[in-house]
Order: sequence, then C-alpha cells, then structure tokens
Amino acid sequence: MNCPTDNFICNPFLYFHLAANAIFRDHLPEPLGTIIVLALTVAMVTTLIALIVMSQVWAERRIVGFMQGRLGPNRVGPAGLLQSVADAVKLLLKEIIIPTQADKIPFMLAPLLVLVPSLVVWSIIPWGPGLSVTDLNIGVLFVLGLGGIPTIGILTAGWASSNKYALLGGMRAAAQLIAYEIPLVIVVLVPVLLAGTMSLGGIVEAQSNLWFLFFLPVGPVAFLLFLVAGIAEVNRSPFDLPEAESEIVAGFHTEYSGMPFALFFLAEYANSFAVSAMTTTLFLGGWGGPILPPFIWFFLKTYAVFFVLVWIRGTLPRLRYDQLMRTAWKVALPLALVTLGVAAIELSLIRSLLG
Amino acid sequence: MVASFGPIAMAVVIATIFGLLPLGISRLVAPRKPDSVKNAPYECGVETIGPTMIQFKNHFYLYALIFVIFDVEAVFLFPWAVIFSQLGTLALVEMFVFVGLLLVGYAYAWRKGALDWV
Repeated sequence: MNCPTDNFICNPFLYFHLAANAIFRDHLPEPLGTIIVLALTVAMVTTLIALIVMSQVWAERRIVGFMQGRLGPNRVGPAGLLQSVADAVKLLLKEIIIPTQADKIPFMLAPLLVLVPSLVVWSIIPWGPGLSVTDLNIGVLFVLGLGGIPTIGILTAGWASSNKYALLGGMRAAAQLIAYEIPLVIVVLVPVLLAGTMSLGGIVEAQSNLWFLFFLPVGPVAFLLFLVAGIAEVNRSPFDLPEAESEIVAGFHTEYSGMPFALFFLAEYANSFAVSAMTTTLFLGGWGGPILPPFIWFFLKTYAVFFVLVWIRGTLPRLRYDQLMRTAWKVALPLALVTLGVAAIELSLIRSLLG
Repeated sequence: MVASFGPIAMAVVIATIFGLLPLGISRLVAPRKPDSVKNAPYECGVETIGPTMIQFKNHFYLYALIFVIFDVEAVFLFPWAVIFSQLGTLALVEMFVFVGLLLVGYAYAWRKGALDWV
C-alpha cells in the first residue's frame, strides 16, 4: 500500500507530531523547539516499546504455558494481561541487594549498559515508509554495533558481582556472543549486497518486488542463519547457557534483585523483539504488504517471528556448551561465508545475463 | 549526514533516563535492610571457598582472537557489499582472494584445535 507520512492511517503518530509541533516549534525559539519535539518523539517510541515488551512477556508466558499443557498467568486482569504490570510493581518494591564484595559502580552500571542499546535500536528500525525517528545510511552496521554493547554489560555484571556463578555466566555469555556475532555479521551482508545499501528503509524498499527470504538459493539459508545467530545473540533458549538455571543458578544476574534485575529482564525481551523486527526488516520485506497500512504489516510480521522464537523455546532443549561452540565456529561460520559467496556470484551472473 | 545522528544522541539520553528513573523510584520506596548473611555471595547456601576472581580457561582468549580477525574482515566487507553492483567482476575475484587468505588462517586454527572446546 502506497503510504505518505502525512496520512493518519499510515502514520499513527501524525496527530501527536502535529500537536507537538504546534505547541513547541511555533512558540519557542529554535533549536529549543526542535529539541523538545525530538525528545518527546524518542520518549514516546521508548515508552511504546517498553509497553509492547511487557505485553510480550505476558504473551510468551501464556504461549509457553499452553505448549506445556498448563494455563500460564491468568489471574491478574483479563486473561492475566496485567501480570507484567503486577510483576513490575512488585520488583519496584523489592530491596536492591548489593553484595558486600561486589564492585558497586560497575554492578549498578551493568543493567544500564544492557538496557540502553536495546532501546536505542528502536529509533532506527522503520515501522513504515519514513516512519522511524531517524534513517541512518549505515543503519545495519549501527544495529550490529549496538548489538555488541550488551556483551560488555553482561561481562561487567558477571565480573562485578564477585560471585562464581555470575562470573561463569558472564564468561560464557561473552564467548557465546562473540562466537555468534561473526555468522550474524556475515549473513547480514547478504541483504546489504542484494539491496546495495545499509539503510534499513532502503533495504525494505529493495524488497518491494521480492522478499530476500525468497531469493533462491541463498535467501532461506541466510534467513535461518540470521534467526539462529540472532536467538544466540539475545541468549534465548536453546542458547540460554549464560543463565542456565540447572547449572549456574541464574548466570550473570545471580546477584541481581529488584529493579536492576527487572532492567536485565526488560532488555532481554526488548532485544528478542528487536531481533524479530530486524528479521522482518532484512528478510521478510519489512513494512511492505497489500491493503493494510505499513505499520500494521510491520507488527504482524514481527509478532509472527516472535511467535516462532517462543515456539522454538517451547520445543528445543538447551544445547551443551561444546555443541554450542562447535555449531558457531565449525558450522555457522563456514555456512555464512559460503552463503555470502554464492549470493555475490549469483548477483554478478544475473547482472551479466541482464546486460 | 551527521545531523541524522542527533536523534541517536537523544535516544541514548532518553534510554538512560528510562533506566535510571525506576532505579531512583525503587531507591525511594524499596526497603533497605542489609545484613552480612543477605549480602554474602549467593552459592546455594554454601559458604564461598577461595577467591572469586580466579584464572580463566585460555580458550576464551583464543576465541576472542579469532573473533577480532573475522570481525575486522566483516567491517571491510560492508563497503564492498554496498557498492558491489557498481563494481566489475574483478571486485568479486578480489573479495574471494581476501576471504580465501583469511580462510587459510581459519583452517590453520581448526587443525590446531583452537576451535575445539575441551
């Protein structure tokens, strides 16, 4: 559906934007007005994402519950919808325990290091044509860079806790994240190669005729590799070894309680949702689709990918650590390089055939 | 182009506030009653033995080294991928040579067992 940003069906934030402009831009001196409007926009996106993430926590618990033959949360509010709110309030009221031996400043800094990139990434993912806070021309690279920061946060958390389980979890997390970052980075090159741009909006537009998922034969392989590496990057089951409760209590966040723990939790789900959104953007045509407005298509596809993530969590057992490392270094990495090579050769062949 | 990073800076500020705000509220409303047992390292009820910051398996270091090499390689591949459609077949060959050189090192690491988790 062709959608200009000044149409209120296409741009759900149009009235907000107009109102903010009318109030602040027209009455305040520049650049103050622009800065306030920008701050409001970013704050709105961040709040929206936090709310979506809270609903996702509920959805995941319900779906996994049904998959395991139980009900999941269904007491607080209609169908348990307010469970996440109740959890957040409970965590807010809990004591923040900082262990005596812990390094206090890094200990409190770590949750922020993990949370901030997972929220910042949302200001460049396009929800529709022109519907992102900013469209960077190095969008893909920027998302990958942001994806590397939580590694530092998790390692900091593990180290600063001064707890053996936390340290083990932090080290595991660092090794796992860097191992899966390589196939992820290389496989992301496939959509970049096909689209000829690193801007996320540009990649979505390049898929208006054919989703990169269906660019045979490399599309499906690249898609699967991206999904697997993405799940490993956000430490979700079956790659949740950094927080494997049967081996190392809760891994890197063993010593965290109350609100700092809640921030880790929020960041983890925000990252899962961001991986779903990036899969949608890079391989499933982003906001492209018939009849419905673009942002609805974007969220439909993102939720579908998220459902697959939950499905995987409900189905597969956790990997063993040596299997995890072998998969990353001996299977995913060569496969990603081969995928990229085949994509490049195929693209040159198509180009020379078409003249 | 630099102007499009302004919103990113704003997003970092807002996200930081977004993280600090609940921490601050929690500081105000949550109880604070530390005691020596509660603040001890959690090891399932058993008292900690020995220091926590111990020496670590050097495999982690090996992985980190290989990671740096491949990550730098990927950074070089990004500009290549963006302008690939404007370059000739020579660019394709050159990239295969570049990745091939790295693969020699990768094969060496594999044969030496640097990729095995033991």
